[in-house]
Amino acid sequence: MTNTDREQKVVKEVKDKKVLQKLSGLGPVLALIVLALITTVMNPSFLDPNNLLNLLRQVSINGLIAFGMTFVILTGGIDLSVGAILALTSALSAMMITSGVPTLIAMLIGIIFGGLLGGLNGLLITKGGAAPFIASLATMTIFRGATYVFTDGNPITSKVMNDSFIFQFIGRGYFFGIPVPVIIMLISFLILYMLLHKMTFGRKTYALGGNEKAAFVSGIKVNLTKTWIYVISGIMSSAAGMILISRLSSAQPDAGTGFEMDAIAAVVLGGTSLAGGRGRIFGTLIGALIIGTLNNGMNLIGISSFYQQIVKGIVIIIAVLIDRRKKV
Amino acid sequence: MKIDMIGISKSFGNNHVLRDVDFHLGSAEVHALMGENGAGKSTLMNILTGLINSDSGTILVDDQEVHFNGPKDAEEHGISFIHQEMNNFGEMTVLENMFLNNEVKNKWGIVDEKTMRTAALKIFKTLHINYDLNEIIGNLSIGAQQMIEISKAMMSDAKVIIMDEPTAALTNSEITSLFTTVNNLKAQGVSFIYISHRVEENMKIADKITIMRDGHTVDESLISDNSVEKIVTNMVGRDIGDFYPERHVHAGKKVLSVSHFESEGKFHDINFTVEAGEILGFSGLMGSGRTEVMRAIFGVDHRNAGDLLINDKKVKITSPSDAIQHGIGFVTENRKDEGLILDFSVSENIIMPSLKDLVKKYFIDEKVKDDFVNLLVKRLTIKTEGTDINAGSLSGGNQQKVVLAKWIGAGSNILILDEPTRGVDVGAKREIYDLINELTDRGVAIIMVSSDLPEILAMSDRIAVMYEGQMMAIVDNSHHVTESDIMTLATGGKMND
Repeated sequence: MTNTDREQKVVKEVKDKKVLQKLSGLGPVLALIVLALITTVMNPSFLDPNNLLNLLRQVSINGLIAFGMTFVILTGGIDLSVGAILALTSALSAMMITSGVPTLIAMLIGIIFGGLLGGLNGLLITKGGAAPFIASLATMTIFRGATYVFTDGNPITSKVMNDSFIFQFIGRGYFFGIPVPVIIMLISFLILYMLLHKMTFGRKTYALGGNEKAAFVSGIKVNLTKTWIYVISGIMSSAAGMILISRLSSAQPDAGTGFEMDAIAAVVLGGTSLAGGRGRIFGTLIGALIIGTLNNGMNLIGISSFYQQIVKGIVIIIAVLIDRRKKV
Repeated sequence: MKIDMIGISKSFGNNHVLRDVDFHLGSAEVHALMGENGAGKSTLMNILTGLINSDSGTILVDDQEVHFNGPKDAEEHGISFIHQEMNNFGEMTVLENMFLNNEVKNKWGIVDEKTMRTAALKIFKTLHINYDLNEIIGNLSIGAQQMIEISKAMMSDAKVIIMDEPTAALTNSEITSLFTTVNNLKAQGVSFIYISHRVEENMKIADKITIMRDGHTVDESLISDNSVEKIVTNMVGRDIGDFYPERHVHAGKKVLSVSHFESEGKFHDINFTVEAGEILGFSGLMGSGRTEVMRAIFGVDHRNAGDLLINDKKVKITSPSDAIQHGIGFVTENRKDEGLILDFSVSENIIMPSLKDLVKKYFIDEKVKDDFVNLLVKRLTIKTEGTDINAGSLSGGNQQKVVLAKWIGAGSNILILDEPTRGVDVGAKREIYDLINELTDRGVAIIMVSSDLPEILAMSDRIAVMYEGQMMAIVDNSHHVTESDIMTLATGGKMND
């Protein structure tokens, strides 16, 4: 074997690998297109602009949570408490608005509080050394319980809330014909995209998931970075909560139950590895859209919500199987 | 048992890995198999143990042609392969590991621990070793785990044992006892195929040597007809001059002082200084506290007491990020675990300690990043098909260069190198030595921890020797310092004047 033979072979392998990587990045997009096509064939009104905008609005809440979850999963962690954070912070904001605090300030406080709750997860995981699954499982129960205590188990709704223009606007308003939640989702996406792919914070996030020990020895402040990532997850969850209370005109103590599963599903469908270190936030956006299209499409076609759950589960399994085959 | 591999060829696609290779192993013989990474050693051994099939050629065991359909088949014929990464289950006991998937059961299907215990102890006795069979195997030293691997091989009645880099993680005393065991077994008629990058070690243990290069056998001869220079020249196919480059000492002013470093159970009252442009070698057995001191300096591990002075100013370092800010870099001993993110690209690995320097107005500047990475790849002659391929797919030597590139890129002027040439082939070793010399020429202070005594003696300006957490001595490396002087200190003795 001559060296040039070997080199040429390596070059070819590298090229093949790059092509494969590019294609695999497109996998979720392809799945979304196929899904949309099938739905359109079954019911052409899927493509109705109103339906599409409606779909996007439905996606926005899961999208926001899943963006935060992407950072968490990239580090190899998981945040099960997102739904409970959503419930607790949105109840807090609703209560404040009801008692006369200006809407914007009340919501901002709710979101900051969400960041603090996320920070608590971060501290339990970094300083406390708890496994992310266990830590966030525990805080999920605590935050949910706290919500019931705080609301006494009753929904919070009031005339003040419903009379507030901003309150209405956040969840139900339009801006140049586009639903406000969709705009919030897209702006959040852009900011987090820049944070993940264009700034050092993103490199650190990937490094933590790739090999935490090597990241530490390379001078990355592992605990600090990780804590911030859980703060981001908390912020995104409570931001989603603000949209939800506006859409429902009330804060429900059981709001957000099971949202963690949809968010994790969106991240995984988007091609991010649960082992950490590999994935993209664009994939998560697509993953959230796939779940949204499934829900929307099955409603349009008239599949009962019981079957919808089964179909969603099957889609996730197919995605994972394809992903595994790719790696082999 | 005698093995003859004749005319073995193997290609993967267009890639001819082995071309008409001959390999002859006599009975009761230790046969060193050497060659740079990619020379074809592993493929040859995988063919011998039936893991892959050859395209052509024959294998004779005691002059009978054989075909093995996998390692299990080879094992039944008395050929055992002890891999570099041992297949232990760290959470299980020694006994459980020794009989894994091979348990002795009574007629009810219950595991018969008593019989297994007796069998294990019998093997231990023939090897002159003794370990607690109930001990969790992960708690034992690497050397002990290796002995247990050998015991397993002997249990399956091995007549030929293949060992791949057995001493890479062993202390000197463990190497000595490994060699004793190897010689004992040889006296009982067992043959060894011994694969190691350490030339001096092969000279010590082997009877014969086969050298491979680019899929060919380039030399097969008695070890007594060889010298280090001859072996190295045969391996790399060219004369690389002296194995070690010449050192020009030009130490400057003191840059780092370690004073009264303490860490309970690890090391006690450690004091030393390093000067700009100097290589301070750190010798000692594994477990003597060398690595632990380095980890404490760099802030990876905590210490109980002691001060660190850089340029005569006291500094507080409690984490690697503090250390990096003070210009310290650390090439850890376990490259795959702490040095690199193997499935990240060369580029992503190199920039890790220097992320801040690549930022322009909040964002990473892609062009600055690419220039930075390309410059380092070129300067360190890292052989890679592009900076975006995974670091894990490079050879050991090139992986090590990526780790060095990280710290050179971060502008470290105090560089701690822990076993910088472990698992690195001969050609790349020399390149790393040259690089270390070049760094000291530019005034970088280097602390080099190494278990490789010839390396320590050839490269260091001064040598610090540790023993059981204590600093035994720091000696000037003049020509009359010998390996045995260092070994004496490293085992707790005093050096003769």
